[in-house]
Formats: sequence, structure tokens, C-alpha cells
Amino acid sequence: MDKDIVILAIESSCDETAAAVVKNGREVLSNVIYSQIELHKLYGGVVPEIASRKHIEKINPVIEKALKDAHMTLSDVDALAVTYGPGLVGALLVGVAEAKAISYASGKPLVPVHHIEGHISANYIENKDLEPPFLCMVVSGGHTHLVLVKDYGKYEIIGRTHDDAAGEAFDKVARAIGLGYPGGPKIDRLAKEGNSGAITFPKAHIQGAPLDFSFSGVKSAVLNYLNECRMKKIEVNTADVAASFQKAIVDVIVEHTMEAAGEYKIRKVALAGGVASNSALREAMELACSRRHLEFYRPSPLLCTDNAAMIGAAGYYDYLNGKRAGLDLNAIPNLKIGEGL
Amino acid sequence: MKILALESSGLVASVAVVTEDRLIGEYTTNFKKTHSQTLLPMMDALLKMTGISVTEMDAIAVSGGPGSFTGLRIGSATAKGLGLALNKPIISVPTVDAIAYNLFGTDAVICPLMDARRNQTYTGLYTFEGNQMICIAHQKAVMINEIISEINDLGRRVIFLGDGVPVFRQALEEGIQVPHAYAPVHLNQQRAGALGALAVQYYKEGRCESPAEHQPDYLRLSQAERELAAKKEEEQNRE
Repeated sequence: MDKDIVILAIESSCDETAAAVVKNGREVLSNVIYSQIELHKLYGGVVPEIASRKHIEKINPVIEKALKDAHMTLSDVDALAVTYGPGLVGALLVGVAEAKAISYASGKPLVPVHHIEGHISANYIENKDLEPPFLCMVVSGGHTHLVLVKDYGKYEIIGRTHDDAAGEAFDKVARAIGLGYPGGPKIDRLAKEGNSGAITFPKAHIQGAPLDFSFSGVKSAVLNYLNECRMKKIEVNTADVAASFQKAIVDVIVEHTMEAAGEYKIRKVALAGGVASNSALREAMELACSRRHLEFYRPSPLLCTDNAAMIGAAGYYDYLNGKRAGLDLNAIPNLKIGEGL
Repeated sequence: MKILALESSGLVASVAVVTEDRLIGEYTTNFKKTHSQTLLPMMDALLKMTGISVTEMDAIAVSGGPGSFTGLRIGSATAKGLGLALNKPIISVPTVDAIAYNLFGTDAVICPLMDARRNQTYTGLYTFEGNQMICIAHQKAVMINEIISEINDLGRRVIFLGDGVPVFRQALEEGIQVPHAYAPVHLNQQRAGALGALAVQYYKEGRCESPAEHQPDYLRLSQAERELAAKKEEEQNRE
């Protein structure tokens, strides 16, 4: 590399207002996240209008802190990167409008980044040796995608969910057993005290699409089980429910990933997304990979949740590939992987 | 002194460059296309046409609300981004005030009406004394009937304008008991020129904000917050 490329990245697709400065796609010089999670707990989930209002309130201080933490000013930056989808449209628009304006006024180019491609690229930050091709299992509150990363910026979805995202199922089950929002970390914690073999919940397989997922069946099975216990006045062991439910989800995710690795002859497997910080999933995936002598990668928990460092990582490779946003860049709430600008 | 004015609180997208004694340029559109796709390209076109660099601006003025929540935020985020990059202050002009300023000099009462949905309007009452616009009723979100009775109580001639006029026309015709008129199309909507002219006054009075502290004044809580507040009130009443 002749010259270092420094990117100021902005992310506001859901309930985190984030900015980061990233060098050459791999070195995080700063990573500032303002999480709104406490605000949304009152409502049992993210309220889009409240999230958007908080973004506009926090975005400048977050960006200013990211520059300050990196000991830089805007003039030291080579380009900006911003998440333009998928996500909540009102939330995305704050980051998009802000980034376009900064880009315009500073004369620095703007790179539009796909949020999920960002999650995948989070793996580059702590694994300096990781290069495509690799397989990435993206699991979060809104997404469950098995993605073949063919090259930098080149993605193919080879498995997807037909109904709920994995994280969504976690949230719904957590609510049903009285754990509250956000469900993922709470189930993870409670499951450690339970027996994952106590109850057998079904693992759905999709006919004709062996790498795809369905999580609504497992979620319904848990709700039915809870109902049945209530009717028969049997006391529910919530730790066992959490552990058994979590196992049903984790098993399917790991099985499909291993199948895909075999089918596509890929030796490297990565995890990404908020649910990638689930300890049972990390352990099971790591074990399955080591049994098959596959390399296993996953971001540390801080980089699994929404953040802008990952947008800077993805943005760097998009920047090298010549991707640029126009002044008319819009937020695209249902943006598909590999089908963007 | 140059001020860049941005207006995206409703269907209108409008940008202008204003100085103390000149409206250098204004670009206004009113059609269904998201402000995210129009505002910045329009600003760029205006600056290119007038040969002015955005770096020459002394301040960024923005329609500060109320209005479409998303529209306001597109304007605000644009202003905040420009302000951050240029290290220039933001002048947040109340949207209803700026609409009223279109009718400079009239001796009638000016009543902007913005459609706030749910049978409500964002409105206010204004009049002119010499060069000065006087606010009789500050901008607020009210039921259309409330503002109608306020106007009837004033007993003065009134001019209506704003995107709420077609929405509330029938209610106005039935309820208003004073002489009244409706502003023509070139004066009846948000205009960045009027916003910028007011912003020049604000700038001289030092009514500026830092880009970090600026945020829209929505005049209304989000639906989730309203529902939560109503639920709490209900619970308290029960106790």
C-alpha cells in the first residue's frame, strides 16, 4: 500500500448512533457508540421515531468525539462512509443527510455502505490475516443470512430465513419467559444455568432449500410449551427453556454453516451480527470448525453490535472498488446484500 | 455576510443564499420526491449557478420545526453536517414564523396553517408593525377549531396560507366570522428566501446555535411517548 487511506464512518441504522475513524480498513483509530438501548427498554423494543430523534441529537457530538479520539480533524480524512441501508428509514436518513453534507462541505468523497456488509467486514478488524473467500454467518435482530464472501465487496447470499430473524426469535421468547428487552443477552445468561437437553424443540428445515432457515416454528413451540405448562399448572424452569430454545437455534445455524462450507469447499468460517456475541453460538461454531479443521473467525462482542468501525472497514474496500455516493443518495430501508449501488 | 437557508419541513424543498440586502438566489420545488434526494442537489445547483462556494457562508439557517418529522431531520442533519465541516453556526428559524414572513407588510393578521394530521394544525398568528413582524400567538399544534375561535375573538381581517389551507378549507369557511383571504401560490408555502431573510435578523441578534446543539423543535411527542404518557395518566387516575 503506497498511501494510507483514512475513513470517517457513520452508522445510524437502528438504535445506535456511531462514528469511527478507520485506517486501511483494518486499523480502528477511534470507535464511538452512543447506545439508546435504555431509552427503548421502556417500550419493549426500538421505537423508530424516538430512535431518529436521538440520532439527530447525538450525531454531531459522536462524530466530533470520533475525530478527537483519533487525534484528527476532517482534513486528515480521505473519505467518508455511511450506512444507507438496510434499517429504519428515519434513522438511516439522519446519518445519510449528515454524511452527505459533511462530504459536500469538506470536498471528501462519500462511500455508501451496506449495513450487513459492514457486520461481515467487522471480522477484518481483529483478524489482519483474514481475506476472502470465506463463509460468513450473519445473525442479528433483523437478519439471518449465510453469506459467501467471494472477494472484497463481492457477496452472495446462499442461505436466508423464511420468517423471523434469529435475534427476533430470541427477543420474542425472552418476552414470553419474562426476561424483557433485549432478549439475546438475557437468554444467553439464563441458559448457562439451564439444561439444554431438558426440552426438545423442533429444528425446522426448509424443503428444497437446505441452507435456508425458519425460526418461527421453534418460537411457536416454546410459546406452546409455556401455555401447556400454564394450563397443567406445571412450574416452568425458565433456565431450561432458555437453554433448550437456544440450543435449537444454535444447532441449526451451525449445521447449515458446516453444510455450506462442505458444499462450497470453503476453509474459513466467520460469524457476524449482534447474535454473534451469543456465547453458546460462538462455542458451538468454534467446536464444529475445529473438528473439520476449518479456520474460525468472529469479532469481539463490541464489534458484533452495531458500530461504525465495521462501516469504515467495509467502506475502505468499497472505496478501493470505486464506489461513490451522489448528492442524491437516499436511505434504502430494505437494501439487499450485493444489490446496492 | 452570507447565509445559506434550507427548508424541508413539508412538501416544499427550498434553498436560498441571502445577505443583508440581497436574495442572491433561491431554488424552490414542490412535488413528491423525497428531500433526501432533492435538497442537497438543489443546494449544489444554486451555489454553482451563483458561483458561490459553500465555504463562504457565515451561517446555515434551517427551518427549525414544526413539520414532517423526517423532513425536519433531513434539513437539520444537512445543516448540522455543513456546520460541523465548515465550523459555522446554525440559525434555527421557527417554521411557522418563516411561512408568515412571506406576507411582509400586510395590515391583516397572518395565519399560517400546516397540516399536522389527526385534525390538528401547526399554526400561529402574526401581524406587522412597520418593518417588524409581531407574533400574536406563538407557533403551536392545536385543533383547527381552537385557532378559528382565536381568530374570531381577535375580530381582525386575516390571511391564511400554508399546506393546511386545502385540508381545512371547509372548516375555515364554516367557522371564520371575520373578513379573510387566502394567499396566492407564490406566497403561500415555505420559502427559503423568507426563512433566510428572517435568519439575517436572528444572526444580527446573535440567535445562533452550535451545530452540535441544534435539533428540530417538533412541537409534538412521538406516538409511542404520547401513548405511554396517556397510559401513565390513566393508571394515576385509577389510583
